Amino acid sequence: MNGVGVALAGLVPQLAAHVLLSASALALGIAVALPLAVWASRSQAVARVALGFASLVQTVPALALLALFFPILLSLRAVFGEGLPTLGFLPALLALGLYALLPILRNSVTAQANLDPGLLEAADAVGMTRWQKLRLVEAPLAAPFVMAGIRTAAVWTIGAATLATTIGQPSLGDPIFAGLQTQNWALVLAGCLASAALALVADALLGLVERGLAERRPRLAIAGVVAVALGIAAALAVQFGGGERDRVLIGAKGFSEQYVLARLIGQRLEAAGYDVEYRDGLGSAVAHSAVASGDIDLLVDYTGTIWTNQMKRSDNPPRDAMLAEIEQWEASTSGIRVLGRLGFENAYAFAMRGDRAAALGVTDLADLARVAPQLVVGGDPEFFERPEWASVRDAYGLRFARQRNFSPTFMYNALQSGEADVIGAYTSDGRIAADRLRVLADPRGAFPNYDAILLVSPKRAGDEAMLAALHPLVGAITVDAMREANYAVDRDADKLTPDGAARLLTRRAGL
Amino acid sequence: MIAFEAATRRFGDVTAVDRVGLAIAQGSFVALVGASGSGKSTLLKLVNAIEAPSSGRVLVQGEDVATLDPPAHRRRIGYVFQSIGLFPHMSVAENIAIGPRLGGDKLPSGRIGELLELVELEPALAARMPHELSGGQRQRVGVARALANGPRLLLMDEPFGALDPVTRDALGRRVRALHDRLGLTTVMVTHDMAEALLLADRVLVMEAGRIVADEIPASLLAGKGGDAAQGLVAVPREQAERLAAMEREGEAP
Repeated sequence: MNGVGVALAGLVPQLAAHVLLSASALALGIAVALPLAVWASRSQAVARVALGFASLVQTVPALALLALFFPILLSLRAVFGEGLPTLGFLPALLALGLYALLPILRNSVTAQANLDPGLLEAADAVGMTRWQKLRLVEAPLAAPFVMAGIRTAAVWTIGAATLATTIGQPSLGDPIFAGLQTQNWALVLAGCLASAALALVADALLGLVERGLAERRPRLAIAGVVAVALGIAAALAVQFGGGERDRVLIGAKGFSEQYVLARLIGQRLEAAGYDVEYRDGLGSAVAHSAVASGDIDLLVDYTGTIWTNQMKRSDNPPRDAMLAEIEQWEASTSGIRVLGRLGFENAYAFAMRGDRAAALGVTDLADLARVAPQLVVGGDPEFFERPEWASVRDAYGLRFARQRNFSPTFMYNALQSGEADVIGAYTSDGRIAADRLRVLADPRGAFPNYDAILLVSPKRAGDEAMLAALHPLVGAITVDAMREANYAVDRDADKLTPDGAARLLTRRAGL
Repeated sequence: MIAFEAATRRFGDVTAVDRVGLAIAQGSFVALVGASGSGKSTLLKLVNAIEAPSSGRVLVQGEDVATLDPPAHRRRIGYVFQSIGLFPHMSVAENIAIGPRLGGDKLPSGRIGELLELVELEPALAARMPHELSGGQRQRVGVARALANGPRLLLMDEPFGALDPVTRDALGRRVRALHDRLGLTTVMVTHDMAEALLLADRVLVMEAGRIVADEIPASLLAGKGGDAAQGLVAVPREQAERLAAMEREGEAP
């Protein structure tokens, strides 16, 4: 529990970012929902369309809604220019604002529909104009119900805002996602506790406002509003109090190695006098586009991933030729600069428990194809969508009984517990050796090469001072050093944080 | 004061008010009587533009209602109706002062006290909220609110329908007294012929959107006005005769 306390204390910046994101999204939701509700109360058709749309939005999983705004904003750059951010605050704000729409809209429309018709007749009869009727009768009488909707929306928004981490917006999801990837449960718990506590506090304060409105006690309502405003002001002070300095944004995809390498890069840059910030837990496709668009400045990516996923290539040239082509392709299409190989490879490879592989007589993928129909294959959430999987499957004729998705961390547990017989593992993973797994050979060369390379955004490609600080990393990291650092984060006992593992890696690499 | 010229109001296939031609003189107290659905409430609402005629015209003080700005027009007319419609989030004083406030005037607090006294309520009630009042008190506040702008015309739609008989009788008399004292022109919709006969100078009977009788109370009691009107008059008359007979015999029949 001590670990949770320490983790909580370190969450102040994420909490501030979370508060600001949620409050902005809620404000956006209110700003859209209230005029829409007034319009809907005057027209049945508008009410049907607006509520239908808001309900439809609600059926889209929040994670997908957040991710969808990346391509939407990317295409909107044609209209608003290259300065339009596609990751981070803006897409998170828009997605969460849409999410907040439904409860506010539904409560407002219901409140207006349920107003006593006698009161509306009286309002007309005493000579109110439409606007006076809205301001003096409809709005005050609907206010407690509208407030109840805003409360619901606030709780939803604060919960869903944890997912903003996946599109590069800092939030209380940072510790949750980082903790899940590195099995650091103290970190997960700290993130969950903080976001739950924030939701409860917001709910209680807005409840105060609701009660003040319902019982016509304006002081109570004002007290609630002031408390909320103070919270937002405190978050603003934390967020912008230090003054806005030029920061290097380092991206990391959602697995341990990426967290460790991002910290390794960050520590070097901090030592060189740069301010850094991390955008953790990005998906593969989002991460690469984010470097291209300048939403992040630095990213460790893998040659094979770019080759098959971004360049859509299915041939498999030698590693030097592949790297040269990637460098040229990036330079001519995205403007990303490839700084060089870090020195190790993190390939996809199929792995089985050693005893199970021996019992089935499996040593390579050709053997695996023979017994595959009786086996369950596990992969990370991306794995079965990637072109590499398709090409390996077709090269060996792999037909499994069933395929299951696991987060990278749980994949290894699934192998141990027998929920998967074979997994799409990563060759730089420390758990391959620790768990005594059998990595199956790929005699037909269906998997491409996956050298880790450092990508620099077009915006930073000319920052020679920064690049000079990073150059020593090129060629410095052996696969053994990387495995050891990864395992230090992934193992169950005596774990290191990604920061600690990055320091370990610095020593092992002799930097 | 009010003139209907072939005024018609249709709701889809239903004709609620059917080519009504009628003039109501200044200072008169007119009762509109009829069964439910006879169109009497709709006819009343044509006067303050809550309903608009499908064809024909309604004139108030010589002006075609259709040409007036409805909110400004309604502020010059008092309106009292069965469900009262006091605004629950406003105090008694705020409810009474709402009409003048809409027109940009602030009602002095002395005037609110006067209005409360007109409807026989304590001025101290001004600070109460509507839910703290009895039904009769609420409708008295409703009447005070209707009078706040100093209207010349008072429209009432079943104003006492939801009140107990004692309160109903007292408030009816009070409204009639106010009508005389303030020199109002009053149109009251009711389904109770006894109430109409006792309060009004002129009784109009409506049936299926048309006015079928237009008499002074004495003529109706003398048997004029046709079958529909006499059917309505017969009910309270027979009740009164039965009560009188009971009094004479000193026992139930």
